[in-house]
Amino acid sequence: MNALTTHAPILIIATPLLGAFAAPLIGKLGWTVRTAFAGAIAALTGCFAGLLAATLYTGGGAPIVYVLGGRLPLPSGLAAPIRIMLEVDGLSAFMALITALVAVVAVLYSVSYWKERSGGALYDSLLFLLIAGVFGLVLTGDMFNFFVFLEITSVAACGLIGFRTWRKRSSEAAFKVMALYTLSGLFVLLAVGLLYGQYGGLNIAYLATNLGGTMVDRVALALLIAGLAMKAGAVPMHMWAPEAYGEAPAPVSMVLVANSQASLYALFRVLFTLYGQSLSAAAVGWILIVLALLTIFVGVTMALVQKDLKRLIAFGAVSQIGYMLLAVGVGFAVLATRPDFGLTAITGGIFHMINDVACIGLLFLAAGAAIRASGSRDLHSMGGLAHSLKGTTVLFAVGAFALAGVPPFNGFASKLLIYESTFQLSPVLAVIAVLASIVLLAVFVRAFQAVFLGPRLIARPEPVPWPMVASMVVLAAVVIGFGLFPGFFIDKIVTPAANALWSGQGDYIRAVMGG
Amino acid sequence: MNNQMSVIVRTITRITYGLTIVFGFYVIMHGHLTPGGGFQGGAVVASAFALLLVAFGTAGLKGKLNHHLLQTLEEVGALAFLGLAFAGIGTAFFANLLANSGAVFGGAVPAGPNAGVLNSGGTLPFMNWAVGLKVMTGIASILIAMLIGLRKEAAE
Repeated sequence: MNALTTHAPILIIATPLLGAFAAPLIGKLGWTVRTAFAGAIAALTGCFAGLLAATLYTGGGAPIVYVLGGRLPLPSGLAAPIRIMLEVDGLSAFMALITALVAVVAVLYSVSYWKERSGGALYDSLLFLLIAGVFGLVLTGDMFNFFVFLEITSVAACGLIGFRTWRKRSSEAAFKVMALYTLSGLFVLLAVGLLYGQYGGLNIAYLATNLGGTMVDRVALALLIAGLAMKAGAVPMHMWAPEAYGEAPAPVSMVLVANSQASLYALFRVLFTLYGQSLSAAAVGWILIVLALLTIFVGVTMALVQKDLKRLIAFGAVSQIGYMLLAVGVGFAVLATRPDFGLTAITGGIFHMINDVACIGLLFLAAGAAIRASGSRDLHSMGGLAHSLKGTTVLFAVGAFALAGVPPFNGFASKLLIYESTFQLSPVLAVIAVLASIVLLAVFVRAFQAVFLGPRLIARPEPVPWPMVASMVVLAAVVIGFGLFPGFFIDKIVTPAANALWSGQGDYIRAVMGG
Repeated sequence: MNNQMSVIVRTITRITYGLTIVFGFYVIMHGHLTPGGGFQGGAVVASAFALLLVAFGTAGLKGKLNHHLLQTLEEVGALAFLGLAFAGIGTAFFANLLANSGAVFGGAVPAGPNAGVLNSGGTLPFMNWAVGLKVMTGIASILIAMLIGLRKEAAE
């Protein structure tokens, strides 16, 4: 292993952090230099994430541990690991790939999204801070560092949601998000504090060896589930999500989806790796399933009544979080007996993460382009954009069909796995999931018709610059590629991630604790 | 802009602000030995700045400190911290490559109870200074921004 591969886990976090810190200084050198710098940072980060994932997948999926400030093995004579650690297993690497995809696309899209060229350095700074935070969330192997990264994403996300300070609703949304993110952060902090007080350690692998299902463990679990489900935007703690996705600038909405998925990842990590079978998995699994069904139902029905394009997509995004939660909840509920469909469910849920971020991201970006071109967000006053924005129209349609789970797009591939596996636990779950998808199709057909079809309502919409089109094409390529060759991608990247949850607890612990 | 406070407050401020800054620098400098460190020391220094702002108003600051300078210094502090972390990447990110090297802050610490050796800690004191610089300038720019906001509100 060469030096770059060894240090890839920390470089993934440190590079966007460097971008965040240096952006305001670089920004003084003018627009061209600033844009080139942002592009370079995003590209480097993407390369490191790809390198890490390639190393992990070719290495047979054994977790990679990176110790900050020293090397493994630990200082001798210690029973518990004390250093700051990053631990990367199949699922972490998968999430890092998602984040890298989102980061590169968001930076490319942002190049020409802003019509004014000043003030962009602060935007770059916050965007890179958010990206660094999301990478940290998915790569860390330490509960307290996890909380720190959670707060980093919260602060950066609030700044980005309220970035357009001249609009009253943006500031309002940012304030709402700040309040709820802080609340979820405090839940997580309290849980981490309880576990630390009980076991005297913060490392996930160390805690996992010690948890025994006591009352303290259960209280901590409840706090973690509540906090992380809130940050992921699961109903009934979803009220921040439509505001945040709706008011944030379009590329930020997409990164926020990845941020919500990182919280969801953390929830899975806590359930499968930290707690595993030390608790009554079926009961907790069913709690997740109920939360998931609520999320799917409320998300879809609320999307049905929206008149604002971005809020409509935002509720669509909320409903998709429900699908992932449903699939993994089913997987967790059957963890004790381990039937085959449990692994299928988890595979479907995890595969749906990358599919969701690609098609919801594509929808947010296409909507951002349409809103930028027409100057309106109201479904009733946009109409007829297909006459002048042909590329965006096609791309929006691709995203909408993929989200609704229409073949041959990627949403179908993962949703089929979810339907099949949840059906075996209880047919009702699959029926609700399928019905919600049909309603979602109706929602997006209506939105598509209202925004792009019909007579021209906007006389001269602004053309969409090529970096925006290019970034949407990248996402569309993912949507179509994953839809046409689902077997290949499931085999290569999704199965290792699903196995990390389903049967990887032992490996995760051994990588740090030895033995 | 006559938003100064009374002569008593101004006189006390003239005496104490220097002491506060020195104490803040002390907290940063001894961060690797005593409770405190870059963040705490930086906050203490910024509190001296807050004292000046409250006692003399923003008019007294005009031309001496502006938020562009503060922001630049803040970025320099953050980048210095990250740079120090990167410096150790030969071993691992954040590795302390100056500790026990004999260079500045590279002194060895004797075993057992001692009064604390200032010339130790390796990269830690440098990181404390980087964080201190970032925190003092960061809080100072926040204070200026808040004061400007308050004045605007009062003017409306």
